[in-house]
Amino acid sequence: MPLARWWSQATTLPGSPGAAALDVDADGWLAAAGDVAAAGGQLVSMWTTSGHGAVEPATAHAAFLTDARLLVLTLRMHDADARYPGLQVIFPAASRMQRAAFDLTGVPSGDPDQRPWLRHAAWPAGRHPLRETLPSLAAAPAEADDYAFVRVEGDGVHEIPVGPVHAGIIEPGHFRFSIVGEKVLKLEERLGYVHKGIERRFTELPILEGHRLAARVSGDSAVAYAWAYCQALEGLAGTTVPARALYLRALCLELERLQNHLGDLGALGNDAGFAFGLAQFSRLKEQLTRAMHVAIGQRYLLGAIVPGGVGFDLDEPRARALGAAVREIGESVLELRRIYDEHAGVRDRFVGAGEVTPELARRLGLAGLAGRASDQAVDLRADRPWAPYDVLRPVKCVHSAGDVAARVAVRFDELQESCRLVAIVLDTLPAGDVHVAAAPPSGQALGVGLIEGWRGPVMVALETTTGGGIRRCHPHDPSWQNWPVLEHAIIGNIVPDFPLINKSFNLSYSGQDL
Amino acid sequence: MLRTLRRIASIGIVSEPPPAVDDSLRVREGLQKEILALLGRALCIRQVDAGSCNGCELEIHALNNPVYNIEGLGIRFVASPRHADMLLVTGPVSAHMAIALKRTYEATPDPKLVVAVGDCGHCGGVFGESYASLGAVSRVIPVDVVVPGCPPTPERLMQGILTAISHRRERAPG
Repeated sequence: MPLARWWSQATTLPGSPGAAALDVDADGWLAAAGDVAAAGGQLVSMWTTSGHGAVEPATAHAAFLTDARLLVLTLRMHDADARYPGLQVIFPAASRMQRAAFDLTGVPSGDPDQRPWLRHAAWPAGRHPLRETLPSLAAAPAEADDYAFVRVEGDGVHEIPVGPVHAGIIEPGHFRFSIVGEKVLKLEERLGYVHKGIERRFTELPILEGHRLAARVSGDSAVAYAWAYCQALEGLAGTTVPARALYLRALCLELERLQNHLGDLGALGNDAGFAFGLAQFSRLKEQLTRAMHVAIGQRYLLGAIVPGGVGFDLDEPRARALGAAVREIGESVLELRRIYDEHAGVRDRFVGAGEVTPELARRLGLAGLAGRASDQAVDLRADRPWAPYDVLRPVKCVHSAGDVAARVAVRFDELQESCRLVAIVLDTLPAGDVHVAAAPPSGQALGVGLIEGWRGPVMVALETTTGGGIRRCHPHDPSWQNWPVLEHAIIGNIVPDFPLINKSFNLSYSGQDL
Repeated sequence: MLRTLRRIASIGIVSEPPPAVDDSLRVREGLQKEILALLGRALCIRQVDAGSCNGCELEIHALNNPVYNIEGLGIRFVASPRHADMLLVTGPVSAHMAIALKRTYEATPDPKLVVAVGDCGHCGGVFGESYASLGAVSRVIPVDVVVPGCPPTPERLMQGILTAISHRRERAPG
């Protein structure tokens, strides 16, 4: 096992259980990445940190998930002009992460694709917002910049540009379709429109306030991000979170999954021309959201997770009422699933649309929910459960067809599983505190949090300053992995199926634009 | 099919009455009374995410659910600014969306209304103003009504929209 030699040199990393760190040189960087790929592991995230003179060299970091553990490589670049070796050949998803890392920190990779990714017209080439303090904008940029899209040429090929402002109530991004007739030959995405300087903003916040920003990296995954941030922070500070708080965090994470799955299943029915589905599921989602508001005091859980625990408590009657609401929703969903499964028109649109074969999914590193619909049987809650999932023991929901129907089926399965987990949490909620005072960590160190959100694994890498502030905080969304796969999923499908296929992935723009 | 019909019949109508207008959300005088009376009967809204975390969008979606049933009031979301009477804008306005937001505003026919949504649309929220964020929607286009909140509830959103299409109530004398 070549991988074992890397694990044996690695040191424990605070935060996510089992996470380990390893310093490597440029050769080790590529060799370790190759060994991870050979062992069936995947790239979770890449980020870089600018250097400060000769004392602090610039660093590149790569986090891999292998043996259901996080292995974080650090490559220090003592030569200020050196490029670190790109990982795009081994893990294609690395390419955009490397381009984004250069835009923000000025640390270059050897990737042949040197086009900007997160930088549009907001700041000029040659400037890097995480390396130097860029001035606040006085006014909007005057002109949009020019981006070198890959052109498809040939008889009858033409382009459809879509966005950044889309036709529905969705986040902005640009899609460039090259088509013949109705058939899509190529889709190229251009993202970065909602880049709002999140990583820079983190460094300006007190470390005990960072969870508020983390919850707003992607508002639909607020619990996952806030928990990942707190996991990293609590690991660094040595804070022990009370058992009751951990159970309540798991409750929140499953409620967030339920909210999103209910919303998506309704929207997918609607995109298949079945308005009944949208009406039914959006009603159930409202029912759940109101039950959460009564029990927790928030409709969306942007303020539920705080360093040291949670920001609310549940008394017996409110826990019972929430449990009853979730049980009733679970039963209604069973009935709606039968209706979806028996509806010829809906099946016709779902089956075979936007197919990602298991082989392609493995090669491109398709993550999370979409990955599980293409036979990538990874769910951190089951593979390496952190507390309290080690006790809750969630069941992994996996399908292999890789089409819209499979991504719908995973959502239906996971909905029932989350209802079951909510019931267990409410029945077995330990007594005790919901919160302990959190202290800022001392000393310069790196910690990581890793949480399986509803969309997939959410990671937060948190590096502290010697004074206990935030030196660098990199939040990572599984959408980084899955956006490029969407470009493949649409090939050969017709343009009118794009909204349906896109919705079946439901990827985050804000979480990837940062 | 029978199952579908049975389900529709068993649930019945769940829509709730809309909230009252709230003048405190108004930041500038809107349109003339006569125009508002017309718009109020069939208002078309174009939603623009100008940099949001997607939290506000979750609650905007809720306006279309059967409980809030905004379409029942004659208000509907449209796919193009050229069909719209109102822009419902979430923020903070990212530098990269500022041009698109301006162009969307220009593409919306006069007379038009703008409702800025959320703490970020109001003042930049947790993201503030920076090299990448312009903050408040009003820094880029004129705003009629602001609905703060993180995210604002569907009731508050509805109240903001209804306030924008109503005329300020005359203050009681004294």
